[in-house]
Amino acid sequence: MAKPFPLNAWYPAAWGHEVRHELMARTICEKDIVMYRRADGEVAALEDACWHRLLPLSMGRLIGDEVVCGYHGLVFNSAGRCTFMPAQKTINPSACVRAYPVIERHRLIWIWPGDPALADPASMPDFHWNDGAEWKGEGGTFVSLKCDYRLVVDNLMDLTHETYVHSESIGHDAILNTPFDTTHTDTSATMTRWMIDIEPPPFWAKQLGKPGNVDRWQIVTFQAPAVVVGDVGVAPAGTGAPEGDRSQGVNGAFLAALAPETETSCHYFWNFVRTFKTEDEQLSRDLQRAHVNNGKGVYDQDHVVLEAQQRAILRNPRQPFYNLNIDAGALWARRMIDGLLAREAAPARAAE
Amino acid sequence: MQKPIDWRPGIVRATRDLTADIRMIEIAPEGAFVAPTPGGHIKVSVMIGDRPDTRSYSLVGPCADGVYSIAVKLLPDTRGGSAYMWSLTPGARVRISEPANHFGLGHGRPEYLLLAGGIGITPIFTHALALAEAKANFRVLYAARTPDDLALADELRAAIGDRLETYLDGEARTIDLGAEIAKLSPLGEFYVCGPIGLLEAVKRAWRDSGRPFDLLRFETFGNSGSRPSVPFRIKIPRLGKDIFVPTGKSMLDALEDAGIGMIFDCRKGECGLCALPILEVDGIVDHRDVFFSEEEKAANAKLCTCVSRVYGGSITLDTADR
Repeated sequence: MAKPFPLNAWYPAAWGHEVRHELMARTICEKDIVMYRRADGEVAALEDACWHRLLPLSMGRLIGDEVVCGYHGLVFNSAGRCTFMPAQKTINPSACVRAYPVIERHRLIWIWPGDPALADPASMPDFHWNDGAEWKGEGGTFVSLKCDYRLVVDNLMDLTHETYVHSESIGHDAILNTPFDTTHTDTSATMTRWMIDIEPPPFWAKQLGKPGNVDRWQIVTFQAPAVVVGDVGVAPAGTGAPEGDRSQGVNGAFLAALAPETETSCHYFWNFVRTFKTEDEQLSRDLQRAHVNNGKGVYDQDHVVLEAQQRAILRNPRQPFYNLNIDAGALWARRMIDGLLAREAAPARAAE
Repeated sequence: MQKPIDWRPGIVRATRDLTADIRMIEIAPEGAFVAPTPGGHIKVSVMIGDRPDTRSYSLVGPCADGVYSIAVKLLPDTRGGSAYMWSLTPGARVRISEPANHFGLGHGRPEYLLLAGGIGITPIFTHALALAEAKANFRVLYAARTPDDLALADELRAAIGDRLETYLDGEARTIDLGAEIAKLSPLGEFYVCGPIGLLEAVKRAWRDSGRPFDLLRFETFGNSGSRPSVPFRIKIPRLGKDIFVPTGKSMLDALEDAGIGMIFDCRKGECGLCALPILEVDGIVDHRDVFFSEEEKAANAKLCTCVSRVYGGSITLDTADR
């Protein structure tokens, strides 16, 4: 059975601030990878298994920009080439570990687990909202979230669940009653929902700080294979937001960059950023805590649902699930993932 | 130790002579085709006399049609795998491995210099096509004996134009390794595949340039020496043995056939596991490995039995038996 994740794609592996001049292990697409920051500031990502006896290199140490295996002292440079072998004067020319292409962009470290010859920086997903420039916010990571990354995509591409999972913060019956549009390109799918002249849910009423009804929007875009960005907000009803004038309202964006870890687990790099009160660092911290807070945040609620869903899928081996009208965005997203998988299977360049 | 080879059946689809002694052989795998990466090879199970053995052959080109193309040079004085390969005709059934790669291309380098000597063109040809597709900055130097020996040169020139420079034996112009290395970007990589003499010269020039050794990439055949392959004898006083090594057999195989317990892994002069101490030599030790340094080879204290040979006479060795 083919894996559910394409290998020829950029996946987030860490926040930039997480990767220092020290060895850090993480599994991406079932590939064990060791990362570290070189003296020149660039990040190296190597196969986390020594060429010789496969001990994880992350159990070794760094000397300068080279990794010394913690078992027999073989040394590998940041390109994965062996530069030292014990007790011999030469180096076996076959000796190397895989070096993965890396790009640091949008405050994240992105890794290409597939064929390095195809690693095109131009195919990086757009995640500029996370740059910390125009949009502000502090996010976090669910490392080893115990679910198939596609379940997170499903979750974010259909916000009906807010009404039930997050009823006391952003949920609202209006989400159920308002039709939505689903559109797509070759590489993206967008779910757009406008709720006109509704009573704002508690979270948005507080952020807007103005009385009365609002026009609320949720414009959620998936970029294949594993990035979702949701343009969300409210503006006082009738002030022209649906027509394009959001100046009276407040605008946020939820950001999700996913990396499959295994077939049934993933790393979920998230943020919630905004263009209002951008200098208010306390608000950034409050929003961060509103999302993840010891089991009480909005994303904590999703976390519980997603892991329980994965457990149920594994214990109920029927056709994965049934689909509803509300799943249109998720189904387009999965169609694109399947397209990438099919393309990868066809010309079959060995990933090694 | 190497894991056992997962042999798969294949059928020879076509053969085509590229030169008088280099033959392209196309092998279609039965079952799934696993595409190779540039610089990769497959193993083929060959018969040397009545004894099965294994040979590795670099894949030629991207093999985009789902067929493994290899080019085999007929070598009269070596171990005999090439004679078997040349006996294959279309429809012949063979056993092959999935592709593997010990000579992979590094990506994103500012410049690449590729050097092929003779049949060493096979992985270099494939590297060059991949680099051209990646729009990389690269050049190919290709040396052969005569114009008729320049296998794949026309195809390569059609693909990469004047990035290819060819050199022939006896020409006034020769490859100036020092100058070529000096021209290469400091972060550039040098890929070499060719006979051991060429490799040793490149390693020397590279060392003289002071460049980091990991930027020099090379692959060996394990069958080319500075002397022709001739028969010789191995004497082992510890065991009271006197073993004959014919032209088409390695020392390692001869030792094993004589019942001597040997350990080994790569069988191509890289790992050093099959090395034995030299007690005395009557003739010249032709070190064909890349495991020992030049100084170690000159000292003649040990030799890699999988590839190295003796030219003229005999050698007296010790073994691990106690």
